[in-house]
Amino acid sequence: MGTMKIDGYPVEFTDEPNILSVIRKAGIDLPTLCYHSELSIYGACRLCNVEDEKGRMFASCSERPRDGMSIKTSTPRLVRYRRMLIELMLASHHRDCTTCVKNGDCELQNLAHRLGVNSVPWGYRQPKHKKDFSSPSIVRDPDKCILCGDCVRVCDDIQGINAIDFANRGTEAMVIPAFNKSIADTDCVNCGQCRVVCPTGAISINTNIRPVWEALADPNIKVFAQVAPAVRVAAGQAFGGPKGENVMGKIVAALHRLGFDEVYDTTFGADMTILEESKEFLEVYKKGGPFPLLTSCCPAWVKFCENRWPEFVPNISTSYSPIQMLGSIAREYYADPAHNEGKKILSVGIMPCTAKKAEILREDLKRDGKQNIDYVLTTEEMITMIKRAGIDFNELESEAADMPFGMGSGGGVIFGNSGGVMEAALRTLCEGSERLEIEKLRQSGVRGPGALREFVFNYKGNEIKAAVVSGLAEANALLQRIHNGESFYHFVEVMACRRGCIMGGGQPAHGGYKTKEARKHGLYESDVNTQIKKSNENPTALAIYDTLIKGREHELLHSHKH
Amino acid sequence: MLDSSFYTKADEILSKHPAQERSLIPILHEIQESYNYVPVELLPYIAKHIGISETKAYSVASFYERFSFEPKGKYIIRVCDGTACHVRQSLPVLERLRAELNLSDKKHTTDDMLFTVETVSCLGACSLAPALMVNDHVHPAMTPDKATKLLQDLREEEAKS
Repeated sequence: MGTMKIDGYPVEFTDEPNILSVIRKAGIDLPTLCYHSELSIYGACRLCNVEDEKGRMFASCSERPRDGMSIKTSTPRLVRYRRMLIELMLASHHRDCTTCVKNGDCELQNLAHRLGVNSVPWGYRQPKHKKDFSSPSIVRDPDKCILCGDCVRVCDDIQGINAIDFANRGTEAMVIPAFNKSIADTDCVNCGQCRVVCPTGAISINTNIRPVWEALADPNIKVFAQVAPAVRVAAGQAFGGPKGENVMGKIVAALHRLGFDEVYDTTFGADMTILEESKEFLEVYKKGGPFPLLTSCCPAWVKFCENRWPEFVPNISTSYSPIQMLGSIAREYYADPAHNEGKKILSVGIMPCTAKKAEILREDLKRDGKQNIDYVLTTEEMITMIKRAGIDFNELESEAADMPFGMGSGGGVIFGNSGGVMEAALRTLCEGSERLEIEKLRQSGVRGPGALREFVFNYKGNEIKAAVVSGLAEANALLQRIHNGESFYHFVEVMACRRGCIMGGGQPAHGGYKTKEARKHGLYESDVNTQIKKSNENPTALAIYDTLIKGREHELLHSHKH
Repeated sequence: MLDSSFYTKADEILSKHPAQERSLIPILHEIQESYNYVPVELLPYIAKHIGISETKAYSVASFYERFSFEPKGKYIIRVCDGTACHVRQSLPVLERLRAELNLSDKKHTTDDMLFTVETVSCLGACSLAPALMVNDHVHPAMTPDKATKLLQDLREEEAKS
């Protein structure tokens, strides 16, 4: 608590962890390249330098606010220093900006422009290193790296993986996997959080735009897409719309314009996941174990569990993730000549997730040696395609997703939030006066802040102990406690990305606190506006058990990894 | 694949240190001392033992000049190129050593694994500039000719042993 002066104006502070937060609260957007509020403080970029009344300069991110302090944020000296810092970063940066994937969305480029860096006095640096295309999810281009360490910290602090780190020193310093291996040879789980925090083009999405575009232009291929819940609350902002607004209607319209023959809603797949997973849970619950049942929707989490906790792999639900559910059922549907019209079928998933690009390649998710989904495009790639085609997104009339896989319940749509899968699964167990029961569940602790939430759900007079966790470092700690016998749960939902898929590795980057909250509320709001709340009441999902599945749940809806 | 004797030696060194993150640098020092280099294959082994990621171990080991992933010669000659030594002509000394041993800024170790020549930023012996070290021994006020003589002496010493 206290008051400090920022550029002469008094500003009160309470529990802000550093001066930078106070400055930003005061409405000054001080530039930074290495500061993220959820990561450890690194103080490497020095752009947030400020000056105190004695003319001392220090990084405001790593200094606590003190009562009576007086600082200045943009004296001529600070402005000169900041400009030089950017010049130095640009000097060791491969500046092929006009053809860089990050062009127009690059924080380094934006800052260079904003701080008035019009030339770099130290010549042009030729690329020295090979790009790493080994991962289906991300591409590493070390020549674009400015050594801010954001990716290193998100991978280590939040995900507990540490697939990449600094190596060597001085002018030779780089961020690479151990022994300069390719990223595919590390424990990387493809979550893409490194790419979200990377301010430059050093880590980007491994894009599949080209083959999808070629298929869209081919009259002999029927291309269908499915759109995941989290995509609809993130795309609008990229076209200047409000943060977190559900723009599913416009997305469907835009995808139709791009040439997708059918656009389905992954919410339908989510309902299928819940139908199967809740059955699975009840079986395990009645049998008395093995506990906890772990969710299977998040491919980065599944890979993490396989790498780090093989003992818990048998606890992972065998139910397909939503994208696989819809992909598998649609494959069955299009096997019928009446539906495929004699054309080749191409199945595309539009996902907030880079790890889904790896999930679709998994051997245990193939049927008869064939993938259930041909390509995954991230939200970012979809936005790129819409922009590239020149479609005026905001002027589009909304359209509804196509049947028979275009309808989902409120339970399905909240899948994109951490806690959403758990809430949707437990909803199906709600009985009695439904609205009241669903409301009780909503307030049970399944929603809320915090990377880990534990709560108890009453089921027919019995207690179900449940936990919801996001961020793999947090999940790792949870599994350690379960392993040690310190914690016990019946049912645990894990999502690799903090706050869930809404903050996935394929979502538009630069999301601050307001964006995160807006996306979360956007999904909960979509649930409120859906008439059918429970996955097991989605009539279209229930109908396909008779028409398409016909008792083949094990073959069509479950993975066979164990 | 490393010979199993490397792992036996590593176990011996690991047993002397607590299995904690902070033991990494002392362990690396002992490995470097034992073999005159740090075999990279040992890093995942060490990392696992002390409970850190191999990426972190590689990050630390590659940061410090003192740790080398390449096997080094029996005599490691470190020519100081700090400011004081540099202005008092340390570079001609370095050039003479490289010329005599057929080495360069890319190739640091002779094929017979007898000599390694490298530069260091400062030996902390500025009053003796230009200085160099042969293993743990400091040689003051070097000249190119003294460097030639030094190599002769070392070779003679080697022939005797």
